[in-house]
Amino acid sequence: MNINSLKYCLRQSVVSLKRNFWLAVVTSCIIAVSLAILGGFLLMAVNAGQLIRNVESNVEIGVFLYADADVSAVQKQINSLEGVNSVTFVSKDEGLVTFSNSLGDPALLAGLKGEDNPLPDAYRVKATDTALVAGLAESIRAMPGVEMADYGEELVGRILKITGWLNTLFVGISVLLALGAVFLIVTTIRLSVMARLEEIGIMKYLGASDWYIRFPFLLEGMAMGWVGTLVSTIALGLAYSKLATSLRQDAFAFFIRPVTSVEQLAPIFVGLLLLGTLMGGIGSLISVRKFLRV
Amino acid sequence: MIEVQHVKMVYPNGVGALNDISVSIEQSEFVFIVGASGAGKSTLIRLIGREFLPSSGSIRVFGKEITRLRRREVSMFRRSIGVVFQDFRLLDNHSIFDNVAFAMQVVGATPREVRRRVPESLEMVGLTGKAKMKPHELSGGEQQRVCLARAIINQPSLIIADEPTGNLDPKTSMEIMELLRTINIRGTTVMMATHDSEIVNKMKQRVIRLADGKIERDEQRGVYSHYAH
Repeated sequence: MNINSLKYCLRQSVVSLKRNFWLAVVTSCIIAVSLAILGGFLLMAVNAGQLIRNVESNVEIGVFLYADADVSAVQKQINSLEGVNSVTFVSKDEGLVTFSNSLGDPALLAGLKGEDNPLPDAYRVKATDTALVAGLAESIRAMPGVEMADYGEELVGRILKITGWLNTLFVGISVLLALGAVFLIVTTIRLSVMARLEEIGIMKYLGASDWYIRFPFLLEGMAMGWVGTLVSTIALGLAYSKLATSLRQDAFAFFIRPVTSVEQLAPIFVGLLLLGTLMGGIGSLISVRKFLRV
Repeated sequence: MIEVQHVKMVYPNGVGALNDISVSIEQSEFVFIVGASGAGKSTLIRLIGREFLPSSGSIRVFGKEITRLRRREVSMFRRSIGVVFQDFRLLDNHSIFDNVAFAMQVVGATPREVRRRVPESLEMVGLTGKAKMKPHELSGGEQQRVCLARAIINQPSLIIADEPTGNLDPKTSMEIMELLRTINIRGTTVMMATHDSEIVNKMKQRVIRLADGKIERDEQRGVYSHYAH
């Protein structure tokens, strides 16, 4: 296809888009919604990954002692273990204060002070390397006087499980919406094709190649896909940046630390743009296919 | 130039249109395909235009077996022939100039070439000054002239015409025939299906008469029918 044919194709695409303007707008909107959901899921997956890494890198072993445990003997034994970075003692009184504060009302547990305090004495142990945490916890659990050594494996497991479920759910929704969007593109382009059916027939008789006939429709579909995705990526980008800013300012969400690096976010947004454009193109090709058999 | 060998055509609905046709047409010939309605004239013309494939047999045009062309090659083949339709098949929302230019745009001609050759072609068919008009503003004869201008714009070696005068009055029909004859004298082969006996008898060109899907008669300087009208 030479430059003159390309000009013709571009002109035809513009004419068709103008003719079916509102249908094209609706199609673009559907693409925008479906890809915004897909993009939202991708952003969430990236952030979940980061959250898991954060949790893993800050893993602390909480060592809870029996009431009659020899506190200093346990500390000695813990310190003698290889891979221990720091050991901090948290007395049952300190533990109660921290717990009360976390509930938001220090007065709530005021009656549990002293002998009535049900919390055990504890140590917070940090490892020199995250990989050593599981082994250290195992060794500490075997020590006399230690009731429990926990490092939050349940939390990591729960995060993984929840993100796994959400992944499946969002992929399912995204695929359904994407199929719907492609179907709508097929319908929109088919209207354009029907409007130019006579022209297509004449073009075939005059020796126009399939690509020459197909190309204006392909451009039309890709334009709808591209515009829809552009809208969705801009909206998604703005919403995400607002959310990320507010999360960073929120003291309670300090551990979430949303992903803001361009290296991690750019592939998602560029990928979405390409995907939307591709969806538009695929829809067009499906639509034109049967009309080329003249 | 055209070699049709043992061609049979049965449509998907079971209707047989051609039954073992063999015919050879040389460069620069003017050939009428005549016969009653349903004799197979249009089917033969459309097969040569590679509109569809025969049920069996071979069709060679310009030395190429057109029944075995790939999709891409079909487009290239169609560029080398000019087609004239009974119903003109012009784009109503386009000007006369654009209708003729369309055939050039399809093959990727430059705008400069289009601007130079379209007026030449319109002049040849006697439509100078009507380039800006729309098809519905022209008479049937004039519309067929536009169709002719479009058919010759890419300088094809072969023109196939299916009942090009079917919708025209006798006087206009003769004008179109004179144009086709002029194109033919310049070296273009013309193959035309018609049931217009007056035209065929006046032109005195080769006549292939079909009946029930078979060649009944093939004569140089023939007439439509040997029976008196």
